[in-house]
Amino acid sequence: MSRDWRFRLAEQRSVLLAAALFIAMFLLYIGKHPAGLTANVASTAANKGVLLALVAMAQTIPVLTAGLDLSVGMVLVLTNCLASSIMVGSPAEVALGTVAVLALGVLCGAINGAVVVYGRIQPIIATLATSSIYYGVALALRPAPGGEVDGALADALTGSLPGGVPASLLLLLVVVLVVWLPYRRSVLGRAAYAVGSSAQAAYMSGVPIARATLLAYVLAGLLSAIAGLLLTCITYSGEASAALGGTYTLTAIAAVVVGGTSLFGGSGGAIGSIFGAFVLRTIGDLLFVFDMDALWQPLFLGAVLLAAISLGSFRLIGVRNRLELYR
Amino acid sequence: MIDGGGAPLFRMEGVSKHYGGVRALEDAVFCCVPGHIHAILGENGAGKSTLIKVMAGVVQPDSGTLHLAGRPVLFRTPAAAAAAGIACVFQELSLLPDLTVADNISIADPPRRHGLIDRRAQRRVAEAALARVGAEDIHPLAPVRDLPLSRRQMVEIAKALARKPRILILDEATSALAAAEVEKVFAMLRQLRQEGMAIVYISHRMHEIAAIADDCTVYRNGRYVATFPAGSKSDGEIVEMIIGREYKNVFPPKPALPPDGAPVLRVSDLSWADQLRSVSLAIRPGEVVGLGGLDGQGQRELLLALFGVLDGVGGTVELAGRRASLSSPTAARSGHAAMALIPEDRKTEGLMLSMSVRENLSFAALPGLSRLGLVDRRAETAAVEKMMALLRIRCDDLGQPVAALSGGNQQKVVIGKWLLTRPKVILLNDPTRGIDVGTKQELYQLLRRLADAGAAILFYSTDYDELIGCCDRVLVLYDGAVVRVLEGDAITERNLVAAAFNLGALDAAPGATEAQA
Repeated sequence: MSRDWRFRLAEQRSVLLAAALFIAMFLLYIGKHPAGLTANVASTAANKGVLLALVAMAQTIPVLTAGLDLSVGMVLVLTNCLASSIMVGSPAEVALGTVAVLALGVLCGAINGAVVVYGRIQPIIATLATSSIYYGVALALRPAPGGEVDGALADALTGSLPGGVPASLLLLLVVVLVVWLPYRRSVLGRAAYAVGSSAQAAYMSGVPIARATLLAYVLAGLLSAIAGLLLTCITYSGEASAALGGTYTLTAIAAVVVGGTSLFGGSGGAIGSIFGAFVLRTIGDLLFVFDMDALWQPLFLGAVLLAAISLGSFRLIGVRNRLELYR
Repeated sequence: MIDGGGAPLFRMEGVSKHYGGVRALEDAVFCCVPGHIHAILGENGAGKSTLIKVMAGVVQPDSGTLHLAGRPVLFRTPAAAAAAGIACVFQELSLLPDLTVADNISIADPPRRHGLIDRRAQRRVAEAALARVGAEDIHPLAPVRDLPLSRRQMVEIAKALARKPRILILDEATSALAAAEVEKVFAMLRQLRQEGMAIVYISHRMHEIAAIADDCTVYRNGRYVATFPAGSKSDGEIVEMIIGREYKNVFPPKPALPPDGAPVLRVSDLSWADQLRSVSLAIRPGEVVGLGGLDGQGQRELLLALFGVLDGVGGTVELAGRRASLSSPTAARSGHAAMALIPEDRKTEGLMLSMSVRENLSFAALPGLSRLGLVDRRAETAAVEKMMALLRIRCDDLGQPVAALSGGNQQKVVIGKWLLTRPKVILLNDPTRGIDVGTKQELYQLLRRLADAGAAILFYSTDYDELIGCCDRVLVLYDGAVVRVLEGDAITERNLVAAAFNLGALDAAPGATEAQA
């Protein structure tokens, strides 16, 4: 069928747009950077980008179900605090600690999902409440910044592979291959899109709504915990920082939107969010190489966010049936 | 009860369902047989929808028993009913707008390989299902939200069939389809009947039931009335059973003489994109003019263009002799000759479902009911109550959300909302879709009363009976152009069908004129 590619392209349009925007910004950055594209420059940029990308991926999945997870940033902080306490010692202890950190993320996600699904509470308010709880636990775990993490693991995750490829990019690739792509093609992944598109129609069609919604929040917790691991490896420590959690939650939502996922649910995907996160992260780097004050960063962040979202509205310019504007 | 010669596949006895104090179904009985098409007839609120929702596991009955193939069953969810072989095509479409056609068709149980969805197999399933309902024109990768209502309805039918059900329930499944497509669906249903499927068919179109059903069951006010073989009773007898009162004069008489006077709406050479081609028409006050033709030939676009919804419309529109701007519905509503459009989909384009009956009714007329930007509650209540009485809208309280009303009453609210603006030109886009015989009849009479009071009415309907019964003149559209104008006695089903396919007139009569295409 010759029309296939057009439908496929239309499906991937927003991902491609976000990717193109990122590539343009990154090339500009490298072009202006005094050192050019060295392994060090690449891995520094990658570590920051991948951290936000993981949180943005976490946010994407509840958003696809027409929900929202305001606790992703606090799960990041909470798992960071736990990781900075238990990921030291023998290799076995480090491995066990890693599993425990991921399990904590899954538990947080499961609590969010259970409150949303069985408590029938609106996701935005349910996760606002749980995020406060998670922050409280994080403070109890680590009242003052500190802790440590296995140095070998941290260096392996945040350094460069042979050939100069940043290791964190490989981590992201593994997460995409092992978590996102199978999820996207699973029945419960399909169900998440269905719930976001029209929960009533999904129910009528016999879609497992409760399980799909629950899994969406569980995966959000898991991905946030992976981000928490990476954060610990980048900073070699843990800190129960409310500001950090809040910033990551909100910037992740922005990344999801820039990546083309609809906040109304049902369309988009985590790949777009990754590029959305990269775009937002590159803004700060650009300001740096153009010798502008870091104080300008929030202003530019907002401007780029608006511009990127406007790209999505360009399709409305050609609309000749005004009813479509309100769909 | 009728057994139709075979053992019943599904049997329901003594089923009751109450919503709060409202009785939706009382002591209901129903049974269906393999290889039979069983029509359920009744007004909206008669209990048909509740009956099939019980069958499909959407609602749980308060009491009563269900038997499938002789064994007692209880469906707690739609998924459970589907697993037992009952598939339902709902009037309120159960499609997921953001997903593709193929995703939708396989949504309940997608083909899997190694635990993941096999997209290629899913594509084959979709193509086979679409071919089966004769909708090969729909691309399996198209997102459902981009399809027009009639195509979505075909996808919905394909989706139900892809589950290979033993019992197929169609609830108003043809309400958005034009005659040619209905014929395709019927051919498919006859084939399925031959293969031994039990089919339950709900429609408000009497001639469809006469054409396809083997058995009929009538419900009224939530109670079982009768079951009889199709063809054993006259239309009049059936309709009397349905509405419980004598049925005559469905359509009010048309005036003997066409009204004279200058046209209030004059359209010349209207064009839009490639969907409207040089459409011209003129309507005088007091005329009811119909739009006919196959579905999707530009009828909806014509109404939307007149109402200012479309951008880049060519040609001119004159209202009461003055050139009208087509810039927005707000302009159309408040011009010197006010227009009103009763939209196709009352749930999305006609009503704010969660808002009250009062707010919905007064919306369009608010400028006249407010002072200094504040709504005058007393004037609003007076206007709303007058309209409730005029249209006989049944609701418990003006503050009730309009979503709680039955379909027929909701449609009356949409119409009442626009009548409050005292329009000179009333555009109707398939206004009787999915509403019951009694309400339809009230609507036909209302249209004629409005025309007699001096309104000009342009009326698109997918139901030929309505065009024949209501209209003084019918413009038949084909590929965005008016191909024929039928007038008076020339408005017959044969002529409408022939013109819809752009063929010559069959029933020779002086009123049939070729339009310049």
